[in-house]
Amino acid sequence: MIDKTVANCGEAVAQVFDGASIMFGGFGNPGVPANLIEAIRRQGTTNLVAIHNGAGIGDFALGGLFQDGRIRKLTASFPINPGSWAFRERYLKGDVELELVPQGTLVERIRAAGAGLGGFYTPTGPGTELAAGKEVRIFNGREYVLEMPLDADFALIKAYRGDRLGNLSYRKAMRNFNPIMATAAKVVIVEVEELVAVGSLSMEEIHTPGIFVDHIVQINRDPRLFDPQKERSAS
Amino acid sequence: MILTREGIAYRVAGDLPEGSYVNLGIGIPSMVPAYLSSDKEIFIHSENGILGVGPMAATGEEDPDVVDAAKGYVTLVPGASVFDHVTSFTIIRGGHLTHAIIGAIEVAANGDLANWRMPGQKVPGVGGAMDIAFNVKNLFVAMTHVSNKGEPKIVARCTSPLTAPHCVRRIFTDLAVIDVEREGLVLREVAPGVEPAAVQAQTGAPLRVAGDCREMDVPVEFNGVRLID
Repeated sequence: MIDKTVANCGEAVAQVFDGASIMFGGFGNPGVPANLIEAIRRQGTTNLVAIHNGAGIGDFALGGLFQDGRIRKLTASFPINPGSWAFRERYLKGDVELELVPQGTLVERIRAAGAGLGGFYTPTGPGTELAAGKEVRIFNGREYVLEMPLDADFALIKAYRGDRLGNLSYRKAMRNFNPIMATAAKVVIVEVEELVAVGSLSMEEIHTPGIFVDHIVQINRDPRLFDPQKERSAS
Repeated sequence: MILTREGIAYRVAGDLPEGSYVNLGIGIPSMVPAYLSSDKEIFIHSENGILGVGPMAATGEEDPDVVDAAKGYVTLVPGASVFDHVTSFTIIRGGHLTHAIIGAIEVAANGDLANWRMPGQKVPGVGGAMDIAFNVKNLFVAMTHVSNKGEPKIVARCTSPLTAPHCVRRIFTDLAVIDVEREGLVLREVAPGVEPAAVQAQTGAPLRVAGDCREMDVPVEFNGVRLID
């Protein structure tokens, strides 16, 4: 019997090693695997290379990893949310290297890695700083820039429901980068709010087939990921 | 009169036709939906995987899994769909949106857009702006006509790093509606009571005044000039 479930987040991330590259799903708060990230923080893993759309919020989860100085490089599209002060402080001190990538290019690079492609040409970027030094080719009279696949040692994913086979279903805007990152890392670790019996997810609602998933753990949603009043007053 | 930020959003809303699929940037663009006529069916796209963004959620009714690109808690309209980031940027990069409304640091007379890195900004962030600017057919800029320092934001040549070259179609400001055409900038509309020469005086590139240049049709509630008592 295939059983990808693990008992707790500590067990789920035990194999994450110093120096590892890690994709972190999520956009804003929805879809952020905060419990797994906090487990990495507790474990003391360091010298990490992070791939995420932003740079974390506050001193919690990814923000906490920056605050604790655990990340040496970040690949992101928008690391300048007002809440990303922990990254900002580390970056301005020179503790963190930043690779800035347009958001559509970021997700497509991850997709390319997961789909076994050698790279792709995108119309986004030619003539800008973010395409400097990259190969440009013309197709049908339009310039395209060559972008390379982006993979990682680990992907940390958040889903709504999942089963022991690793089949995953996401709720509303929780999906974002999660199903793409689930295809592009050597080891994919998932936190779900509800672990359900095999067969209880309808086939049509499985967004990530279990073949992509290695470990799955059931968690309680962390209230720190949802504080609309605080976010209202900050914006 | 000079338009308020709401007034700029109101004027932009008038240019979105029935059946539009629109991406909205932060700032003034995010205020546009409040002024869309309810008899037009228009879908708002958000980079994080939503087509059919509705108004901000009421206090106490926020859904933790529903934010827009600005990370605000929003609602979804009937007929909305949610999807992953690849689909979201397939919509953008594949040219499927009809319009995008975006803010700007500078717009040049040739349609070049600079909006992702302010001069002196120490930490850069681009988000989805480049994908949108390079790939959306009708790229509208909504912004104040001049910077906080009173300097023109419509310029002969951008000095800030470009988001995309030759991409802006139309510029909506508190003073004017200006089209970017092959031969340069064309002044289409002025704010009520504002002379074309006054718009030109606050613009860093030559404007050709359209033969049918007219006053914007905006209600007086959007008058941003503070009257002295």
